[in-house]
Parts: sequence; C-alpha cells; structure tokens
Amino acid sequence: MGILEVKGVNKRFGGLQALGNVNLSVTENTVHAIIGPNGAGKSTLLNCLVGKLIPDTGSVMFDGQSVLGRKPHEINQMGISRVFQTPEIFGDLTVMENVMIPCFAKRDGSFRLHAFESVPNEKELVEKAEQILIDVNMIDQRNQHAASMSRGDKRRLEMAMCLVQEPRLLLLDEPTAGMARADTNNTIDLLKEIKAKRDITMAIIEHDMHVVFSLAERITVLAQGTPLVEDTPENIKGHPKVQEAYLGQAHG
Amino acid sequence: MLGLNSKDTKFLLIVIFLTLATPILLQPFPEGSGMAQFNAGYPDLMQRFAIYGIFAIGFNILFGLTGYLSFGHAAFLGIGSYSVVWMYKLLDYNVIWGLPLAIITSGIFALAIGFISLRRSGIYFSILTLAFAQMSFALAYSVLTPLTNGETGLQVYRSDKQVLLGATEPTSPHFFGIVMRENFWEPSVGNWQFTFNNGYYFCAIIAILAFYLSLRIFRSPFGMMLRAIKSNQQRMNYTGLNSRPYTLAAFVISGMYAGLAGGLLASMDPLAGAERMQWTASGEVVLMTILGGAGTLLGPVLGAGFIKYFENIFSKINDNVLHTWFGFLPDGIEDFMVTIVHPFVGKGWHLTLGLLFMAVVIFLPGGLVELGQRVGRLFRRRDINSADAEAKAAKQRANTPAE
Repeated sequence: MGILEVKGVNKRFGGLQALGNVNLSVTENTVHAIIGPNGAGKSTLLNCLVGKLIPDTGSVMFDGQSVLGRKPHEINQMGISRVFQTPEIFGDLTVMENVMIPCFAKRDGSFRLHAFESVPNEKELVEKAEQILIDVNMIDQRNQHAASMSRGDKRRLEMAMCLVQEPRLLLLDEPTAGMARADTNNTIDLLKEIKAKRDITMAIIEHDMHVVFSLAERITVLAQGTPLVEDTPENIKGHPKVQEAYLGQAHG
Repeated sequence: MLGLNSKDTKFLLIVIFLTLATPILLQPFPEGSGMAQFNAGYPDLMQRFAIYGIFAIGFNILFGLTGYLSFGHAAFLGIGSYSVVWMYKLLDYNVIWGLPLAIITSGIFALAIGFISLRRSGIYFSILTLAFAQMSFALAYSVLTPLTNGETGLQVYRSDKQVLLGATEPTSPHFFGIVMRENFWEPSVGNWQFTFNNGYYFCAIIAILAFYLSLRIFRSPFGMMLRAIKSNQQRMNYTGLNSRPYTLAAFVISGMYAGLAGGLLASMDPLAGAERMQWTASGEVVLMTILGGAGTLLGPVLGAGFIKYFENIFSKINDNVLHTWFGFLPDGIEDFMVTIVHPFVGKGWHLTLGLLFMAVVIFLPGGLVELGQRVGRLFRRRDINSADAEAKAAKQRANTPAE
C-alpha cells in the first residue's frame, strides 16, 4: 500500500479525455517521477491530487483517506505540499515572513485570529524558520523582499516554505522549468540533500530527463492521459514503449 | 511597552502627542490676521479629523492589508449613528450606551454583508459592497422610516421616553456629565485663541486607542496573514490557510471601526441622517486611504485630515476673500487673478482636491506617507554626504605631512 493511491481516475474537459483510467501508487519515502510528452495529462493529474480539479470518476487516497472533494487548504493540512511550475511566493513580504506563514499554518491550522500576538515573540517558530533558511542557504536574505529575488532564489524559497511544514508528500510541478543548466543542477542537489536529511515522499512532474534520471527511484510514463509503464529508471531508459512515445513526439 | 517594540512605541508616543496637541498645532495664525481663516483648531473640525481618522484607520485594515476594496463602508457609519441616536431616544444622552451598541450592530451587519460579498474578489467584491450600501441607504430613506425617520433624519424629540434621564442631567450628548459640545479651557495667548473642547478630547482618546489597536493588528500574525492574502491568495490556500475567515475577520473589524466612527458623529451632534450612508461617503474613505497611503499606519489618518481640511477650509474662500488677497494688484489684473483662482476654491474645492488626488496617485503611489519618506530620505542622504565629505577632509588632513 503506497502513501498515495490513485485508482481509475478519469477526467474529461468537454470532448477531450485528459485522464483515462489512471492508476498510480507512490510508496512512502521514495521519489516518484511522472513523465510524459506535452498534453499527456501530467498537470491535470497533479491538480486532481491537490484539490484544484475533481476527477469525474475514480479515487485518490492519501494515507488511507480520500482527498476528493476537499479544498486545497484542507489537503495541505493533511500533509501534502505543492511546488508550482512558476514559483508562487508572497512577493510583497520578506523572505523570513514567507517562511513564517507556513509555520503558523502548520501549528494553528487553517484559521486562527491571533490579532494581538507579535510575530517576533513566537520564538519557537522563528527558530524553525531560521533553521530552514539556513538549510536552503538563504539566511542572509532573510529581510529581503521576496519579489526582488532571482527566479532560482524564488524556487528555493518556495521549497523552503513547503519543507518547513514537514509535509509527508511533496508534489513538484516541473521544478526546473525555465532554469539555466547551472540552476537546474543546483535544484537537483538541493532536492537530493532534502531527501537525504528527512523522511519525505516526493512526486515530481518533469520534462527534463536529466532531472528525472538523477532523482527518481520510480518512474511513471503518461501518454495521452493513460499510464504507459511504471518501472525503475534503468528499465524505463530502454523501454520500447517509452522510446516510441517520446521519439514519436520528436518526429511529429 | 504595551506589547510593542521600541520603534513602534516611539511612533505611538509621537502620534499621541500630535493628537493631544492638535488644538494648538492647528491654530498657527493669530486672530484677526489675513491667514486666520486657515486655522483649523475649532472644535467641530477637530472632532471630524479624529472621527474620520478612526473611519479611515479601520478601512485601511481591510483595504490596506488585504487589498479588498469595499465601496460600502458608509453603511456601517450610518448604522453606528442610528444606534447611538436610538439610545438617546430610549435611555438618555449618555454616550456610554450608544457607542458599544454602535460597534456591535455594525459588526453584525458587517458579518452578514461580508459573508456574502467575500465570495467574490476584485471588482465584483467592490460592486457587491456598493450594492449593499446603496440598498441600506435606500431602505433608511424610505421603507425603514419608523426606524430611521427617513428624510428628516433621526433625532431626539420631547415626546421621547428617555427612561434614564435624570432631572439634572444635561440635555445634549455627554459622557457621565462631561458635555461634548462644551469647552473646558479657552486660553488666549496674545492674539492667538485656543479652544480645548470636551468632545474633541473624547474622540481623540478613542482615536488613539483605535490607532493603537490597528498598530497591534499590523504587527500581529493575523496582520501578516492579511498581507499574504493581498500578495498571493493561491499560495495562501496551498499553504493550508483558509483565506475566507481571514478576510471576513478583517471586514468585520473594519466595519466595527466604521460603526464606532458613525457613533461618534452622533455623539458630537445628536442627529443621524440617511445621507451618511450614501455612496459618496463610501468613496470618500477610499480617497482618504489612498491619498494618505494605503497599507501604511499613519497614511489614512493624514488623508482623512487632508480631505476634511479641504472640505471645511478651502470651501470658505469666496470671491470677497480673493479680492482682499489680490487687492494690491491693479484692478484689471486683480479681476483676472480672481477669475482664474475662483474655480479652485469656495464651491470648487472638489476641483483642487481632485487635481491633488490625481497628482498623488500618479507621482506618489504610496500616498502622502511616501512623500514624507522621500523628503526624509533626501535629508538623510544630505547628512551622509556631508558626513562623508568631513571624513574625507579629515583623512586628507591626516595624510598631509605636517609642515
């Protein structure tokens, strides 16, 4: 039994079958990559996992509980954090505040009217936030406005915001999209480091094969909304169906 | 002190000092001089500064922090006023009954209106709040006449019961015998005439409390969450936070501030009219907040003061006054100057205010507060430059060998 179980998920947008009978099982404490050509349904699948879309049929279970029909903030409170394709951070706030907010969300739940406490007085949370900023090597930028940072830094900040919540499952939607090679390698190193330091399950949606093969322990290949194969990276590399799907796209 | 760090404490103390010294600060010109008409230190206007300051501080908690632009806050202002006048009619003239009721009723209305309006954001939210406020205005004007006394406005009549009214009690609004419209000290120093009014100090103390409360909210985790909503609601939801209750809480708090301000208006002058709820009043508080600087602590208060000053002082400058100003010029030029200046003053004060507002929005998106910051930075830079020059000179002196 995996921590995340997707069974028989279908999703239609009008006449387009975006997902057709998708089954997926992500084992705890592994890095699971979901790859596939453009339009394969990777992002639709991810949106079904976080509550942004509701599948037409099928079930999505996280740790034995269904996530279907729950709102994004409820799903996050269950222990699923998400990194977006373009970093979603609080641009008007400082780096430190960006990290403090998930700390509060983790401790106080989805709403609490703490209108008379003072942020710096929450010693425990401040320490936690500082520690994560040290981990991602951003402690020197703690008072900088998040919007003024480079894209790579925004990405690292977003990951720090997800990690400080100690999620059980971290979903990454093309974490290296639009990055230079050097930044991509830094991100890979960062993710490896994260994985080495803590018990965390990651599901990565990715285009870049270099990233996929350096990180993933299991790979699911999606094509036209259905999973083609699921296997280890070594086996995937030589798999004829995968080659066909990708080569077919390259030629077309 | 008071749960604030030293910088905020200093800031609060400055604000308290300025508020308490207002009757002196706003009276810079001696009586009888040509400039005396620019004095703003008379009770009626000072009360307005404090009351509309409270209104704008509350509005800023919603608009400045979360970015949700409400066009219906005047409804709460009106509800606050009606609550207070009703307490006069039923109990007595002591404002202690009415003000808490004003806060509670406006809070309840804000909860209901906010619950529905906050289902949408952006322009749709603004339109929904505007619709609610106009609805309240229309109802107060017509259907709800038994409650609001319609066009005439709600006021106390001789036939009203006033069950708590004692034989010796003052027959105008008071706070345990301190009558609002009375002055407790009217000193004159040379030609300067100062008025210390009970009502102003009552409003001022409440305004200081309201400011302190907003300062605490700005520095709290709750305030940080509200700023996060303005910044990126998507990330907010995917961080496990439900933005709806946060925005609703901000809406209710700002509605209560507006109710308190409305209650204070009726505490100074025991009358409540439906026009207090009209959309122009809602728009005015938006102007105040943006003019002063949305999202800053002091900005809304400055904006409120600015607009009320224009409304009361600029509107009094008529052609006669202009003729005395330009009297030193030859007749033809005098008339010409008066014709040019005429549209900007007197009844045309809106034009000046509009131009000023446009200038602020275009050149100072951060409002008057940004102007202050820029000027401050300019001076600081000059200080640093002169300090640098001195240091360089000192270095040079040290390097020059003694002769």
